[in-house]
Amino acid sequence: MALKTETFILNAGPQHPSTHGVFRMRMTLDGEVIQDVEPVFGYLHRGVEKLAEGLAYPQDIVFTDRLDYLASMTNNQAYVVAVEKLAGIQAPERAEYLRVIMAELMRISSHLMAVGFLLNDLGAFMTPLLYMYREREKILDLFDMVCGQRLTYNYMRIGGVSQDIPEEFIPALNKFIDSLPGFIKEYDQLLATNEILLVRTKNVGILSKESAINYSTAGPVLRASGVKWDIRKADPYSVYNRFNFEIPTGTKGDVYDRYRVRIEEMIQSSSIIKQAIAQLPSGEIQTKIPRILRPPKGEVYGHIEGPKGEIGFYLVSDGSANPYRWHMRPPSLINLTALREMLIGVKIADAMAIFGSIDICVGEVDR
Amino acid sequence: MATLGRSIFPLNFHPAILPPDWPAGFWSHMIIFVVILFVFIIIMAVAFIYIERRVLGRFQIRIGPNRIGPFGLFQPVADTIKILIKEDIVPLNADKIMHLLAPAVAFIPVVMIFAVIPFQNGAALVDLNIGIVYIVAVSSVSVVGMVMAGWSSNNKYALVSAMRVIAQVVSYEIPLALAVIGIVLFAGTLSMNGIVQAQNIPYILLQPMGFLIYFLAALAEINRTPFDLLEAEGEIVAGYNIEYSGIKFALFFLAEYTEAVAISAIITTLYLGGWKGPFLPPVLWFLIKVFAVFFVIIWIRSTLPRLRIDQVMGFAWKFLLPLALINLLVTGIQVVFLPDISQWIIVVMNIVLAAVLVFLFSRSFRTRGDKIEAQ
Repeated sequence: MALKTETFILNAGPQHPSTHGVFRMRMTLDGEVIQDVEPVFGYLHRGVEKLAEGLAYPQDIVFTDRLDYLASMTNNQAYVVAVEKLAGIQAPERAEYLRVIMAELMRISSHLMAVGFLLNDLGAFMTPLLYMYREREKILDLFDMVCGQRLTYNYMRIGGVSQDIPEEFIPALNKFIDSLPGFIKEYDQLLATNEILLVRTKNVGILSKESAINYSTAGPVLRASGVKWDIRKADPYSVYNRFNFEIPTGTKGDVYDRYRVRIEEMIQSSSIIKQAIAQLPSGEIQTKIPRILRPPKGEVYGHIEGPKGEIGFYLVSDGSANPYRWHMRPPSLINLTALREMLIGVKIADAMAIFGSIDICVGEVDR
Repeated sequence: MATLGRSIFPLNFHPAILPPDWPAGFWSHMIIFVVILFVFIIIMAVAFIYIERRVLGRFQIRIGPNRIGPFGLFQPVADTIKILIKEDIVPLNADKIMHLLAPAVAFIPVVMIFAVIPFQNGAALVDLNIGIVYIVAVSSVSVVGMVMAGWSSNNKYALVSAMRVIAQVVSYEIPLALAVIGIVLFAGTLSMNGIVQAQNIPYILLQPMGFLIYFLAALAEINRTPFDLLEAEGEIVAGYNIEYSGIKFALFFLAEYTEAVAISAIITTLYLGGWKGPFLPPVLWFLIKVFAVFFVIIWIRSTLPRLRIDQVMGFAWKFLLPLALINLLVTGIQVVFLPDISQWIIVVMNIVLAAVLVFLFSRSFRTRGDKIEAQ
């Protein structure tokens, strides 16, 4: 006898332990299996893009800190890269190297958080997350040393960086970079050989290569699906063409691949930082830019490879001191568009794992 | 004394196993021991909460609660006061009677388990001659309370959690009971005190596979990581007790930790030799073993991620159940055909067998992935 079953709607969020902020999913469930899901966002909308149009170009750097607050440095960098492209400014070499070091440290920090929270969503009660926090803390200390801030750095400037590194920074950085591979190895041994983690993540939330491209995803989500696409290689900005590094890619595009890609990227980032320290030139950290920056009329799209994907800024100048249009390509939001396809047909428990593996930051999704 | 006991409760109550200086009389024994048991249960549950938080803190490279009292010892007291003076909220469309009864239904059976646990030779509320059967029967009743809570709360998270707990606990009852039968075969008695007395060698050595099965199934029974599906924080927030607050929530919380105490005590009694041990007084040995078992449970909690519901069910039916049946068969053969052989030979036999079987079974569950290369 076939029993009559009914679907029901489960509302996860906006206040939910696994939605990483105020994101909401309306899930239609058949028992534990998800039939349909409707992502709802906008609870953290602050109108940053409109606000930014009312202020001068250098003043808008502050807003970028508040978008993806787990990766403020790279947001800063994306914005200043776009403005420099618009105004035709070239930052001094030392500043570019410092930007690279900061951006890669930020990438490590952001990936640490992504992996930690993913494992928390998988049910590993806080332990991996807190180990990740331990390492992130060291990175935040480094940032604190450089710019006096731990979360919203406001470090990059149009045409340079806000201040030079102090004397004790390089030894501290070296110490951290030397300890990082050991830490990652220790951590990976603990988890990547764990049978429960493997059964929970392998073949779960598969995003095919074609879908990943069609949804315009970027960053680790795209690379885990097997597409070798990294702005640092595809359209080198700053001084990335001077470094040797690999682009780790996955094969299947499941949660496990996304996890692994992030782990491998941390190793690559630490290698980039090592090379950058070795090549770090001396000299100026800031080019002269006019007191009131008035870029020529025109529009520009500047993009970099952020920890979560391609961060792009589309700026339109009408020749005044304020941008006419200030638009961001938020990697979190665009990666999130692939969520629905991955969620249909999986169980609730996997839904949280898949959601965690995309690694969104709601500050960036809603802006 | 015994006649009085029999006339009211038809239990097999052995006065002979009471300590000689125990106050005479059935009712005095009953009342004194019930009070002692309740105090013990509450203190142990609170101690377990404190220990879990401190030990988890150590595992997670943080300190844990250390503000209130020396070493944060009074943290559970502060938490209790806080939780008791919270507003008691009943959801608007809840089934009010069920909502009220659920915490009691969940808590009382857990307390009842302690009636037959021997703290030292004969020091139990009653030494039932069917003690272990009683435990298996009673411990599964508290699930009803959880299901009632999940159903009556009129909350979908709670409902999903209730459905999960039914499926999970019913499945894990079977390997759990089968593992216990192995013990009973060796001990030749169902009485908890009798089982302890029969352990010249702790049964963890004689029944290594049975211990493994019992331990894992017990983790699922008390909903501990990696089987903590019914309160999976990341998925269904808090599970069945999401709509509870105040003293009702406190009862659920207490029931959960009392269950942990109970399971630790049962494992101690069945597999670790109960109150037996050299030098120290038996009660102390009992407590040390209980805390050791609980430490392992915390260790597992702080390390492992959670399984998915279908994997949990698969683990029970495909992994634990066949192993439990094989274990039972082997134990039966050993008891019937090799009764005179030295127990140490059986220890070696069973450990080797357990290692081989667990290895073979885990091979078929292996999904170990190939590393993706950085290219």
